[in-house]
Amino acid sequence: MSPVRGNDREAAVRRLMEQAPRPVPAEIHTEAVRRGGRMLRRRTLARRVLWLLAFAAVVAFTVWALTARPWVEPPSDTTPPLTGW
Amino acid sequence: MRQRHASQATRRDREFEAFVAGAAGRLLHAATLLTAEPPDDNPRARRLLTLSLAHTYACWDRLRGEDPYDRARQYVATRFARGAWHQYGGFGRARPHPASPLAPLTPQERLILVLRLYEGVGEEQTAALLGLSTERVRAICHRATTTLLHRTRDPAPAVPAAKAVPS
Repeated sequence: MSPVRGNDREAAVRRLMEQAPRPVPAEIHTEAVRRGGRMLRRRTLARRVLWLLAFAAVVAFTVWALTARPWVEPPSDTTPPLTGW
Repeated sequence: MRQRHASQATRRDREFEAFVAGAAGRLLHAATLLTAEPPDDNPRARRLLTLSLAHTYACWDRLRGEDPYDRARQYVATRFARGAWHQYGGFGRARPHPASPLAPLTPQERLILVLRLYEGVGEEQTAALLGLSTERVRAICHRATTTLLHRTRDPAPAVPAAKAVPS
């Protein structure tokens, strides 16, 4: 098949699909803005909650580290105390 | 901070309204072609368009110079491709309406034909968007064109001749 013929076929299909533009109902715009705004608000809320969680985790870890002091060598309780010599 | 947010929101609303006024007609027609509904009664195409526009609205501030029409079209295409699997073909499911020009085609053929010929998206971009190979897109497009032109020339074909191709 020659390319010219292929272009003819494509042009024919394009003509089939083309149509006079119809007015778009106005509620599509309002509904899209409503849904899109809701998505935006939910994303903002989710981001805030995640930041809050991260902050709470950092605070909790700091408090735990300062109270438990895991870097200090624990007192040994396997060796008996050296007494009486 | 709050003022900046408010001014950003009003600017987004204004730009989005202009975008919808300019692009919604063409997108709605493309969606109606995809769902193969008659142009006057197209609830599924309207729903598709509404969801796509809502998605575009939600990511409007992060477009960074990208074309919003492109984004909306991508969303329509991918959502239709995902939904077509369980919306068409089964018993009692949606059938293509005979008033639609693309009624004799399958959903995938309609999708590729609309993207390639009505919207003018390149072969490689269509293939990347739908996760197909370029040759497959070309073959489906060719087959769909043949089916469509054959049907319009001969409105009542007795046997579907395209099915007889040996694999």
